[in-house]
Amino acid sequence: MNYKFFPHTDEDIRVMLNTCGERSLDDLYKDVPSELVFKREYALPDAFSEVDIRRYFDELGSFNTPLTCFVGAGCYDHYSPSVVNDMMRRSEFLTSYTPYQAEISQGTLQYIFEYQSMMAELTGMEVSNASMYDGCTATAEAMMMAVANAKKRNKVLISDTMNPIVTRVVETYAKFHGVVVEHIKAENGVTSRSDFEEKIAKGDVAGVIVASPNFYGILEDYTGWADLCHANKALLIMNCVASALGVIKTPGEWGADIAVGDGQSLGIPMNFGGPYVGYLCTSKKLIRKMPGRIVGATTDADGKRTFVLTLQAREQHIRREKATSNICSNESLMALYVTIYMSLMGKQGLREVNEMGYSGAHYLAEKLSETGKFELAYPGQPFLNEFVVKTDLDIDQLQDWCVDEGIQAGLKLDDHHLLLCVTEMRSKNEIDALIESIQDFINSNQEEA
Amino acid sequence: MNNVYYGKLIFELSREGRRGYSLPKNEMSEYKLESLPGTLLRSEAPGLPECDELTVVRHYTNMSNNNFGVDTGFYPLGSCTMKYNPKINEDMAAHPAFSGLHPLQSIDTVQGALEVYYKLQESLAELAGMKEFTLNPFAGAHGELTGLMVMRSYHMSRGDVKRTKVIVPDSAHGTNPASAAVCGLDVVVVKSRPDGTVDVDDLRPLLDDTIAGMMMTNPNTLGIFEHSIAEIAKLVHDCGGLMYYDGANLNPMLGKVRPGDIGFDIMHINLHKTFSTPHGGGGPGSGPVGVRAGLEQFLPSPHVVRQDIDEDSYRYDVEFGGDSLGSISGFLGNFAVMMRAYTYILSLGHENVKMVGPLATLNANYIKESLKDVYELPLEGVCKHEFVFDGLKDKSTGVTTLDVAKRLLDYGFHAPTIYFPLLFHEALMVEPCETESKETLDAFIAVMRKIAQEAKEEPEMVKTAPHCTPVRRLDDTKAALQQIVTYAELRSMEN
Repeated sequence: MNYKFFPHTDEDIRVMLNTCGERSLDDLYKDVPSELVFKREYALPDAFSEVDIRRYFDELGSFNTPLTCFVGAGCYDHYSPSVVNDMMRRSEFLTSYTPYQAEISQGTLQYIFEYQSMMAELTGMEVSNASMYDGCTATAEAMMMAVANAKKRNKVLISDTMNPIVTRVVETYAKFHGVVVEHIKAENGVTSRSDFEEKIAKGDVAGVIVASPNFYGILEDYTGWADLCHANKALLIMNCVASALGVIKTPGEWGADIAVGDGQSLGIPMNFGGPYVGYLCTSKKLIRKMPGRIVGATTDADGKRTFVLTLQAREQHIRREKATSNICSNESLMALYVTIYMSLMGKQGLREVNEMGYSGAHYLAEKLSETGKFELAYPGQPFLNEFVVKTDLDIDQLQDWCVDEGIQAGLKLDDHHLLLCVTEMRSKNEIDALIESIQDFINSNQEEA
Repeated sequence: MNNVYYGKLIFELSREGRRGYSLPKNEMSEYKLESLPGTLLRSEAPGLPECDELTVVRHYTNMSNNNFGVDTGFYPLGSCTMKYNPKINEDMAAHPAFSGLHPLQSIDTVQGALEVYYKLQESLAELAGMKEFTLNPFAGAHGELTGLMVMRSYHMSRGDVKRTKVIVPDSAHGTNPASAAVCGLDVVVVKSRPDGTVDVDDLRPLLDDTIAGMMMTNPNTLGIFEHSIAEIAKLVHDCGGLMYYDGANLNPMLGKVRPGDIGFDIMHINLHKTFSTPHGGGGPGSGPVGVRAGLEQFLPSPHVVRQDIDEDSYRYDVEFGGDSLGSISGFLGNFAVMMRAYTYILSLGHENVKMVGPLATLNANYIKESLKDVYELPLEGVCKHEFVFDGLKDKSTGVTTLDVAKRLLDYGFHAPTIYFPLLFHEALMVEPCETESKETLDAFIAVMRKIAQEAKEEPEMVKTAPHCTPVRRLDDTKAALQQIVTYAELRSMEN
């Protein structure tokens, strides 16, 4: 062989086969019935050199259009310091497996412990697991956790102000897991209190899932919700945009039992949808019901402070068919990503990021309403850095127009509603360029008319 | 690996007022976050550390020095396929023309990314002998769950609602029964024969019209090819069930066998095993699910499709709904992991990909044959990519598989998988990938022999191993009892 990922020389192969008592590589497959053996060549291209690969992806990349991003909806364009990306490529982190051999995995174990600590701080909860795939599956896991906790109840309520992308995943898991999902209506951009009260009072609900900020960017007032859930023996599950938790009232402060969501907003590149990291935090009381891995502190034989995977009896590979979650990994490297991000940003940096998003979004909202063609869909509702506007303009045409100017102008919700997002990445110039592009579109429409 | 212990936590390096970031000036600061109602804001800032940049860099660098990866040394961890993770993969995953794309951008502005997705699913379909793949699942276990959802959707679409059981061999990965349980299926266990393969006689009576399907790995967790697979598949199909292939052990099949050709209907692939994407200390992975023709309509949404415009132009689109089982991910899965896997497939090309299986298999058999005189080999004969020893041959020393594993760490090797599969008491499961050289294998063999010798001569030393690692054996029981899982708890305990 003479290929860069195979170290075997012809002589190596000969000697090794000899040790095995076999004459050829084919003989190593003599236990496979010959009618099952694949006999033709794979219909795949010839090997690419590194140069070929770079050319190929450069060319494919040219079919993507980089856009100035005014969309959030579960994925946010935040800045990540250079340190984070640099550290992520350290192969001691990158090329290791799950830290089963704790003696040579203290790096991984220790950053997961830091991650758990930071997520607990951020959400105001007591404990966190070692991370999950993404915010959607973490929410589905929280739903299953609530149902397992309630034992004989299999109904979960979910607010219509939840990001529909999350709800879609929750509903898929529910369908197969035998959980009934009922929706709580939205009124003026927030969850209907009266609909919630009516549905929870039936006494057959295992968990209630709400969002903050919600899908429309609004900060809802959940005063009294936890008490009402608990009075009816249901768990309150709150899905939050992680970055926003730097400033907004936490699930812990609202009295929630489980905090879940996506950690992507903590600087993880948008990466066309993944990898991100889901978080799931809860109370100490519910730690044994929590899915996923947990790292705990202990000592080694010399008494040194060390970290190790713990409470593994809860996990799927031990519980097998009695499991209530099948997750058997975490999104470790992405947990490292957000841990380093939070180490650098600290409490002050997260606040600044939120302040800038707030300022930019409120500036954009004001400028849009000044065009006379947009108004806030939910006037009077407090929002952080995402908001919905109502318009009679043709949103598809408007977005195409802006794409030609290199701008992604929000996410179309329906024919009259547009969801926009501003992060610290958007300068005043970029926001003004969006407004200008929209104004040009309005003008061109008027000319045509 | 540096064996100097580094045990500080970032919180302990924090000093009030330090900064590790810089952000642009807020040009619209007249819009103040403080104008939000106070009842909607947190009462105090989160207890995150405050550190300067170099402190953060040194902290995580020192931590990484206490970690062992494939780049550090040989990682013969059974069933985990710890092969080399090529560096070009990382460069392509970070390609700026892809990494900055928002998943909800207008479809016409992400055609390059969708082409990567489409071409990778097409390549996997060719390699696996399946009709079509979804790349949305985030991990192997997530793929299993998705695959079982396909299985249930298929039966439900036919109104065949009583099929609620899935058959799983007793040697299966623990994830198989757990995935079945989460998917709302009851697990029926089928026994293994003394040679480690599925007992067809035990299987027959289990088959009836309540069986949704059967999950198998092939080769199985003992590294043995399930030679009765054709008969098993026929039995399961005849009773109306579907065959699910757990792709955890796909590596030795590359170049030799395609799951779709030997009777499997649904499968998942672990891109982080067979297709060289890094394990990242436990993730992110990717668990694409493939199906044979006739099941593709059940794959999850969103689904990437190619629409031919005319003879030489086409466009990619993203579809929802139809008979799809629903969504199992927010967007299109772990895209950056797909970039790596597709880079790997292109790097290998058809002429090298076919050598992956045979060379991995050669490496496994070479180690097995070189050590079977000192370690107990319960099953003779050729193995595939991995094999299992049942501990040391000489059991009189009292040295266990755990001790051998820990002693290996002293010699700079990662340990094999231990105490799995559950079929043996002292299981030691070795998987050397095709990227390992004969010299590396010889060094491992020499150390394994030396440990066997040490077990006889200095058993206490082996039982108290490791001795040369950054930390010594850890107290697992203490961790479980004290349940200290955050810095806040640790601080209050230590003070």
